[in-house]
Amino acid sequence: MFAGTLVYAIVNSFTLILLAIGFNLTFGISGVANFAYGALYVMSAYLSWMMMNLIGLPFFPSAILSILATTLFGALMYRLVLLRVRGQALSEVIATFGIGLSILELFRYLGFVGFEYTLPVFFDHSFIVAGTYIDMQRIFIVVLGLLLVVSLWLFTHHTSTGLAFRGIAQDERTALTFGIDSDWIATLSVSMGAGLAAIAATIIIPLGSISPSEGYDVLIKALAVCIIGGLGSTGGVIAAGFIIGFAERFTDTYFGSHWTMIVSLIAILIVLVIKPSGLFGQQKELEERI
Amino acid sequence: MKKRKERIDRGIKARSGDIFALSSWREMLYVAGPRLLPVILFLLLPLFLSPYWQRVMISLAVFAMLAISWDMLAQSGMISLGQALFFGVGAYLSGIINHTWGIHPFITIPLATVFGGLICTLILLPVLRLRGIYFSMFTLILPLMLVRTIEATKIFGGTEGLSGMSPLPSGWLELYLIIIATLSVLFGFRRLMASDYGLVLKGIRDNDRSVTNAGINIYWFKAQALFLSSAVGAIAGAYMTHVYLFVGMPVFTLDYSIMPIASAVVGGVGSFAGAMLGATILVPLSELLRGIGGLRIVLYGLCLVIFIVAIPEGIFHYLQRKYQQVERWVDVDR
Repeated sequence: MFAGTLVYAIVNSFTLILLAIGFNLTFGISGVANFAYGALYVMSAYLSWMMMNLIGLPFFPSAILSILATTLFGALMYRLVLLRVRGQALSEVIATFGIGLSILELFRYLGFVGFEYTLPVFFDHSFIVAGTYIDMQRIFIVVLGLLLVVSLWLFTHHTSTGLAFRGIAQDERTALTFGIDSDWIATLSVSMGAGLAAIAATIIIPLGSISPSEGYDVLIKALAVCIIGGLGSTGGVIAAGFIIGFAERFTDTYFGSHWTMIVSLIAILIVLVIKPSGLFGQQKELEERI
Repeated sequence: MKKRKERIDRGIKARSGDIFALSSWREMLYVAGPRLLPVILFLLLPLFLSPYWQRVMISLAVFAMLAISWDMLAQSGMISLGQALFFGVGAYLSGIINHTWGIHPFITIPLATVFGGLICTLILLPVLRLRGIYFSMFTLILPLMLVRTIEATKIFGGTEGLSGMSPLPSGWLELYLIIIATLSVLFGFRRLMASDYGLVLKGIRDNDRSVTNAGINIYWFKAQALFLSSAVGAIAGAYMTHVYLFVGMPVFTLDYSIMPIASAVVGGVGSFAGAMLGATILVPLSELLRGIGGLRIVLYGLCLVIFIVAIPEGIFHYLQRKYQQVERWVDVDR
C-alpha cells in the first residue's frame, strides 16, 4: 500500500506540475495572472474531442491541431483584450476571469457533460511497478512532465527568445532599451501558457473525463501550486508540485478522498502565513507583498 | 436679446468636485436630485410590483449589497474574487444559530453580521500582506474549498444543508428591511469614503508604501475595511437564509462571487452608487433572461470583458459626467 501510494504520489506530482507550469510561465513573464487558464485547458480538450468525434480525425492530428488552436487563442486573447488593460491588475484579473467563465459556462450550456466526453489514452497498456498496477498513460505524464520542465529550462536559458522572456520578467523598461519588443514577448508568453495548458489537457484528460467544472478545479490547482511555490518561479512549481502531490495522495489513501482539497488549502494558508511570497519567490518578493 | 450656453454646474460646483456653493432651491435640487431619485424609487416601487417581482427586488437588494461590499474592498486595494465567502459565512452562521437554538431572526441576523464579519476578517488576515492579484487568487480559492470542507466533514448538514429556519414576521417587513439596509449601507459607505478615513483607505490602494511612510499602520486599516466589507456581505447572506428558509452549499457558488463583480464593473468601480446601479440593471435583466438558463453566466462573463476593455469607467461615471455637463441657455449680460 505504501509503495503504491508513493508511485501514484509521484504521478500526481507531475500532473500538478504539468497543470501549473503554463500558468506560471505566463505569470512569471508578462505578469498576467491568466484566470482563463482552466477554461483554456478544458477548451482544448473539447476541441480535440470535437475534431475526433464530429469531423472524424484520428487522435494525434486532432490533439496537435487543438493545441495549436489554443495557442492561437491565447495570442488573440492577449492582443484583443489584455493589451488594452495591460498593467492594471484589477482589469487583467476581471477580464481573464470573464473570458474563462464565458468559455466554461458556454460548454456547460451546450451540454458537454458526461462520461462519453473523454480522450483516448495513447497506449492501452499497463504493468506492475512496486506491486501496483500502473498504466502507460501515467508513465507518460511523468516522462512528459520531466521533458517539458527540462525543455522549458533550456528554452529560457539558452535561446534568444527565452532570454528575452526572462529579461521582460526582470525589468520591462531595461529590456525595452535592449530592443526587446515587450508586447510581442508578452503575447508569446500568454499564448505559450495557453499551449502548455492544452498539452497538459491532452495528456491528463484521458485518465478522466472532460467537464466544465474541471476547468475551475484546474485553475485552483494551478493557483495552489503557484502560490506555494512562489509565483513566477519554475523551481518553486516543481517543489510545490511534489509537496501538494504527495500530501494529496497520502491523505487520499489514509484519510479519504474528500480531504485532499483541504490539504492544499491548509498548505496554502501555512505558506502564506510564514512566507507570503512562496517557497522560491525571492525574485519578486518586494512586489508581491508589502 | 442674445443668449449663450452655460453649464449648469458652473455656478454651483467649485473646482474641487464635491464642494458646492448652493444659492437657490433649484441648485439644491440639482445636487440632491440624483441622490433622492433612487431612494424614492426603491421605497415606492415595491408598492406597485407583483409578489414575484418583489422577490426579485429582494435579490436585487442582496446583490447590490454584495456589490457594494466588493466595491469597498476594491477601493481599499483588495480585489476579491470570492464575495461568496462573506455571503456564505453569514448565511451559515445565522442558519446554524437559528436551527440549533431557534432564536428569532431579528437576533440571528445582527449576530451573523458581526461574527460573520469577524470570522471572514480572521480567515483573510494572513493574506492581507499580499498585494493585488495574490489576494484575488486566495479569495477565489477559499469559497470553493469551504464547499469541499463541508462536503467532506459533513458538518452543518453536509450536502443537504439545513432547512426549516424561522421566516421573518411579514412579507412587507422582509422587503423593506433589506431595501432600507441596502440604502443605508450605500449612503453610509459613500460618506465614510469621503471622510479622512476613506482617504487613508484610497491611499493604501494607490500607494501602500507611501501610506506606510506616513506612519499609518496599513494592516490595521485594511483589516478594518475587510471587516466592514465582510460584515455587509454577511448581512446579505444571513438575510437570504431567512428568506429562503434554507442554508446549504449553494451559498458558496460562483454566482454570489461573479454577480457582484459584474454589477460593480458594469455600474462603475469606486463610487458604490455604480455598484448599486449595476445590480439594478443586471439582476432584473438576469430575471428576464431566466429562460436561457446557463447562458446567463456566459453573458455576465462577456459583459465583464466588454465593459472592462471598452467602458472601464462604468455606466455611473459616464452618466455622472454627462449630468454635470448639462447646459442651459442664459441671457448675455450687456
